[in-house]
Amino acid sequence: MLRFALSRLLLVVPTFVGITLIAFLFIRILPGDPVLLMAGERGVSPERHAELMAQFGFDKPMWRQYVDYIGQLLQGNFGHSFSTKRPVLEEFMARFPATLELALCAIVLATVLGVAAGILAAVKRGSWIDQATMGTALVGYSMPIFWWALLLIILFSTSLGWTPVSGRIALTHYFPSVTGFMLVDSLLSGRPGAFASAVHHLVLPTIVLATIPLAVIARQTRSAMLEVLGEVYMMTARSKGLSPSRVIGLHALRNALIPVVTTIGLQVSVLMGGAILTETIFSWPGIGKWMIDSISRRDYQVVQGGLLLIAAMVMLVNLTVDLLYGLVNPRVRHV
Amino acid sequence: MTVQTPDPTLDPVPGAGPAAQPVPPLLENWHYFTRSRGAVVGLGVFMALVAIAVLAPWIAPHDPAMQYRDALLVPPAWTAGGREAFLFGTDAVGRDILSRMMHGARFSLLIGLVVVTIALASGIIVGLVAGYVGGRTDALIMRLMDIILAFPSLLLALVLVAILGPGLFNAMLAIALVLQPHFARLTRGAVLAEKSREYVTAASVAGAGHLRLMFFTILPNCLGPLIVQATLSFSSAILDAAALGFLGMGAQPPTPEWGTMLAEAREFISSAWWVVTMPGLAILATVLSINLIGDGLRDTLDPKLKRS
Amino acid sequence: MALLEIRNLTVSFETAAGRFHAVQGLDLAVDSGEVLAVVGESGSGKSVAMLAVMGLLPDTATVSADAMLFQGRDLMSLSPRQRRRLAGRDMAMIFQEPIASLNPCFTVGFQIEETLKRHTGLDAAGRRRRAVELLDAVGIPEPAQRLSSFPHQMSGGQCQRVMIAIATACTPKLLIADEPTTALDVTIQKQILDLLLRLQLEHGMALVLITHDMGVVAETADRVVVQYRGRKMEDADVLSLFENPQNPYTRALLSALPENAVGGRLPTVAAAGGWEARP
Repeated sequence: MLRFALSRLLLVVPTFVGITLIAFLFIRILPGDPVLLMAGERGVSPERHAELMAQFGFDKPMWRQYVDYIGQLLQGNFGHSFSTKRPVLEEFMARFPATLELALCAIVLATVLGVAAGILAAVKRGSWIDQATMGTALVGYSMPIFWWALLLIILFSTSLGWTPVSGRIALTHYFPSVTGFMLVDSLLSGRPGAFASAVHHLVLPTIVLATIPLAVIARQTRSAMLEVLGEVYMMTARSKGLSPSRVIGLHALRNALIPVVTTIGLQVSVLMGGAILTETIFSWPGIGKWMIDSISRRDYQVVQGGLLLIAAMVMLVNLTVDLLYGLVNPRVRHV
Repeated sequence: MTVQTPDPTLDPVPGAGPAAQPVPPLLENWHYFTRSRGAVVGLGVFMALVAIAVLAPWIAPHDPAMQYRDALLVPPAWTAGGREAFLFGTDAVGRDILSRMMHGARFSLLIGLVVVTIALASGIIVGLVAGYVGGRTDALIMRLMDIILAFPSLLLALVLVAILGPGLFNAMLAIALVLQPHFARLTRGAVLAEKSREYVTAASVAGAGHLRLMFFTILPNCLGPLIVQATLSFSSAILDAAALGFLGMGAQPPTPEWGTMLAEAREFISSAWWVVTMPGLAILATVLSINLIGDGLRDTLDPKLKRS
Repeated sequence: MALLEIRNLTVSFETAAGRFHAVQGLDLAVDSGEVLAVVGESGSGKSVAMLAVMGLLPDTATVSADAMLFQGRDLMSLSPRQRRRLAGRDMAMIFQEPIASLNPCFTVGFQIEETLKRHTGLDAAGRRRRAVELLDAVGIPEPAQRLSSFPHQMSGGQCQRVMIAIATACTPKLLIADEPTTALDVTIQKQILDLLLRLQLEHGMALVLITHDMGVVAETADRVVVQYRGRKMEDADVLSLFENPQNPYTRALLSALPENAVGGRLPTVAAAGGWEARP
């Protein structure tokens, strides 16, 4: 197991270096004067230009610039936003809990429903339940989620008036942020109705963000279950006189989960992509909206830093899932 | 897709029995494909979409850019206040939605085609080289692919468009670059599996050059998974391009691209549902039909699944 | 009274090519404490009939019988829940592929104790003690340590021993062994057969041995049932079967044994004894 973990860790290092290189090159391959792009200033005097040039180190050779860049990263310096003048890392950390809360809710919803639907479809293979579940999953998998979000808003917000359209909580509720998770903070605030308001705001974005992972997980669970159900050890389990729920829910599911865990891990990247769309539509103050706003404001230091931080986070999650895969698969854990 | 792939599961055994009537591989694949009702429906819808896209200038009832000033936000024909002339209603500046959707089909299918062609061609070349040459070249190429895959695809496409500048063509390039590693990985894996097979050695001994070995000996035997991946990439290219259009980084207004149409329609979400509903429905139908075909192809071309 | 008595058992499957009869009109009786060999080539329905007894056939199978009595109770009239109470306790089964028979995600100990938990009132410590006893009884060295092993850490022969331990955990009256040695090395085959026979004697259980190996039959069985294409061809005690086979198919089967080869060629079942392979 230790060996497995180390080999995974070693494989990640070059990828991580590559990510920093991409982020480093990003500013330098943008068309236009990199100094102006970094500073976000226009029409600066030649003196100021030279000053900025030296400040950003553009006068040094390329390799030197990259080494300096890595050095800054190691000190936690991811650049500054030109529009707010605040450090990129600080802005990222301020918005990250909002995205994390949304993504966690979405992945939990997708996993619970997706695994359940996949099991059901596999057990009832060929029946109308199977066909209906897998038909729905394929529709979900093919869904343009930005349109799906608008449809849900039309139905639940505009027509029925059940859910709010934007934000994380009603503006009437104001309380200091403690954990950054609105569900937790609203409970801690002790204000009546705050938690309910937070839940209301969370429902639609969660559904939208969960749609594609849910479909993917359901499909993967079904095919993994079908493969496992044909195994001889399933016959053994039944020959012991175990109840069907134990045969399916323990003996089959435990094996089927091995590939499903990998699938769930791969959804994290999908979630981050989906968060850009979902947060934009629901005005959710997370890193997805932050990135798209920065791109349209041409706040390139933020884009550069955000790109790096998001990719690093996705990689970290994938690494964790890889290690988790080792944990759920005895053939890896006990060689 | 006229290349016939020899099926590795069906090794012809001499004298295997009089009943072994050889079926042409393509026909056999077609037979398997048609056994899936969903795949056939998907193919039917997709063909219809292609027909609409090709014939759009002739069958669309209106010019997609024509603004009927007397017909702003007219609801669909079957609802109260609808007009016969505008089946799916009109948008905020009085353009016929049906006509714009028909022309939009051209963009979406073109996007899918261009993106898949670029991604497939570059992915195959990169994957063939990596798998065939091996060693450090292979390691370097595959690490590069890992790096691309480490970024969420929509985010990377967005950043690339930020570099290249917004626009339909740049969006297509960005999406192709993001999808390309999947083809490269698939090709490399298949090449590694096939490289040591006897038929490759035989061709090499017979004097086939490297290029011939790569493209004419090995590649045809890796086509199955690549075709499936190409189909799935086709649909994700359409989705991603629409998402970029929706975010204002893809096709620019007034192009009747479905994602861009949705972006323009957002503000009418509470007043004119049809402006929002119709373009999205078109995206969903297109992507769904292609994914149905993809599922059918996967069941057909994946020898592992064929038994069941 | 026989331990197991099957009258006119028919099992059919619904397939794309139409209805397929795997077992047709089979009568079979197994007495307590006897070793019955069921012989026949692959596809002759010998496994399917036994799976029907265990209640392990998939939903696609249709089972019908005039009677299927086990200890005097008609299995056909029992509810699935009642049948599950019998399976693993009074009747048990082991399969052809020992490694694939064990769940790769659970330890050997868990898989043995699971049966004990299902059918006995033993507490956790009692189950553990019993599992060690069982592993010891099937000849696995260092049984206490082996409880925490996973199947992939053991050989095929050891896995089959574990399967036998699971099957005999509740000392069943009937043990069905479906080609238990086919997937194993020749030397291991003998050990496993000896183990099965020893346990059969110790517990006085009935053993149904499904096989296509006439050598195994000669060494182990009291009585033999020969099956061909879903039908019973012959039912005789082992001595009279080998000395005086009544059915032409049995004669064909016996003449196909390597010992009976005349000259350099081994007769095929179809060619020997004038037996028509496809009537």
